[in-house]
Amino acid sequence: MATAITRKPTEGDSVARRASSKAPRRGRGRFARRLPARGLTALLLVVVVYPLVWLFLGSVKSQADYLNRPTFSLPAHWMWGNYKTAWVTGSLGLYIRNSVTAVLPSLVFVIVLGSAAGFALQAMRWRLRRPTMLLVLAGIMVPSQMILLPLFTIYFQAGLTGTLWPLIITYTATGLPLTVFMMATYFRAVPHEVIEAAAIDGAGIFRIFFSVAFPMARNAILTVALVQFFFMWNDLLIALTFTNSNNLRTVQVGLLNFTGEFGSIQYGPLFAAICVTVFGTLIIFLALNQKVMKGLTGGAVKG
Amino acid sequence: MDQLLGNRRAIALLVGPALVIYTAVMLVPVFWSAGYTLTAGNAITGYRFTGLANFRELLSDPNIRTALWFTLRYAVVLTIGQVLAGYVLALCYVFVLKRASAVIRTLVFFPVVLPTVAVALMFQNLFAIAPVNGPVNSFLNLIGYHSVDWFSSAGHAFWIIVIMDIWRSMGFYAVLLYAGLVDIPETTIEAARIDGATGWRLVRHIVVPLSFPVLLSAIIFSINGTLKVFDSILALTNGGPGNATTPLTLYMFNTSFSYGEYGYGATIALLLTVICLIVTVTLYRWSRVDQSEAL
Repeated sequence: MATAITRKPTEGDSVARRASSKAPRRGRGRFARRLPARGLTALLLVVVVYPLVWLFLGSVKSQADYLNRPTFSLPAHWMWGNYKTAWVTGSLGLYIRNSVTAVLPSLVFVIVLGSAAGFALQAMRWRLRRPTMLLVLAGIMVPSQMILLPLFTIYFQAGLTGTLWPLIITYTATGLPLTVFMMATYFRAVPHEVIEAAAIDGAGIFRIFFSVAFPMARNAILTVALVQFFFMWNDLLIALTFTNSNNLRTVQVGLLNFTGEFGSIQYGPLFAAICVTVFGTLIIFLALNQKVMKGLTGGAVKG
Repeated sequence: MDQLLGNRRAIALLVGPALVIYTAVMLVPVFWSAGYTLTAGNAITGYRFTGLANFRELLSDPNIRTALWFTLRYAVVLTIGQVLAGYVLALCYVFVLKRASAVIRTLVFFPVVLPTVAVALMFQNLFAIAPVNGPVNSFLNLIGYHSVDWFSSAGHAFWIIVIMDIWRSMGFYAVLLYAGLVDIPETTIEAARIDGATGWRLVRHIVVPLSFPVLLSAIIFSINGTLKVFDSILALTNGGPGNATTPLTLYMFNTSFSYGEYGYGATIALLLTVICLIVTVTLYRWSRVDQSEAL
């Protein structure tokens, strides 16, 4: 018992382990004990994974196959050509290129500007620090609708409509409040002694930021970048407002108007296009799932 | 040291660019947009001053009442739904799945990262009736019920939006609340068990009160997000049938960009912002009071 108390709880399974200690240990109790867990797992699999499997199967069915055979059946022929149709005829390739062109620069701007500001707001000493922080935080609450109309006017007057710049500028600005806030929180974890030591060694403040603080917060930066990536990549409102021609459409806007490309709904290519966007994000998520989960939920609790 | 960390030029260079962009693209437009509420017109035709006409229209517009009622109903129902679903899942992770829950946690988190438009298109087809039954209607036929035209009535459409958004977000809230549950000290749970609390009573009297702070922040986060719902509804029902599932955000978008009435659109945006502000501040205050009483 003493070890149970002094032991530092790891990962948090401690509650779970205790919860199991009362259950019967022998005989058929073992099967009965596992039954709820198995049932629950099966239920969650059906609810979460089946729609995605169905989606994928739909993406390799022909139009006649989709319309005439039962919806639960496997494809009669595997029509991989649907993906090519979606990519070329449905312009999915163009939409993805547009999304990448808009999101990547925004991501770089948001991280560089946001972490610099977060560093100055957390590690440096100045009088207006707290008011500035509050001012930036207020931006998290403001709905995007409140800034759309003036921005549209500005971009229109500046002749930026017809380019992807409105998206890049707006994504950067709307991403800043949360980024600054999260980076400031992370920089708190950089020990003050480290900064002091660097200063004694003769490093200037920019040197300290770029060679000490920024690398030390590398993990945090990746997390924040992932969170912002998903926000920007999945955004619909801003992309819909500022892309006025088919050539500028991002993935989300393109997908929304996808059926329009063909005249009538072509289910195979439509499902193929949905699949590409869905499984594309899933791959990124699976590669970095712990970071994504920590980042997205972390932003919620603090924000 | 103080001189180094108080270097004004350095501070200006570090904070400056972010602050300039933030001010120019977010702060100034907020007030600018508030100014539009006194005008009629749009970016292309120009603006003319109309005084308080937009606010008078706001008070008498039946569409506003529909949109406002929908927004509030949606925010309340979805907040209850997604936080509850997340909490039940989190409890299952901790008490039923135990150590095997890591894989399931990741799996149920899948939908959170998926693009909303893609998910909405998928749900349209999952619940489809024409030209062919989707899986949901096929399943209903299989167990002996008739197909339902899910998107033709306001009531059904509302619940499909709710179901879809719970599907999208429950994994998120589960992970969020799971973090709160595993922070409960093992000794507390043990003590309650020794005192005879099991199952539902354990959850009701020990687990819920102890995870209350994180539950509260989940609710605050949820309300804040659901009041601004836009993507999922635009892509799933586009506000229909009629305007029965049109929230304020979508009504503002249509007013501004389909009808070119920026003045009135800005007025709706202002209404939305004020609602968000009031709700956030109220909940924040309330949560502060509540937690300090608990201490």
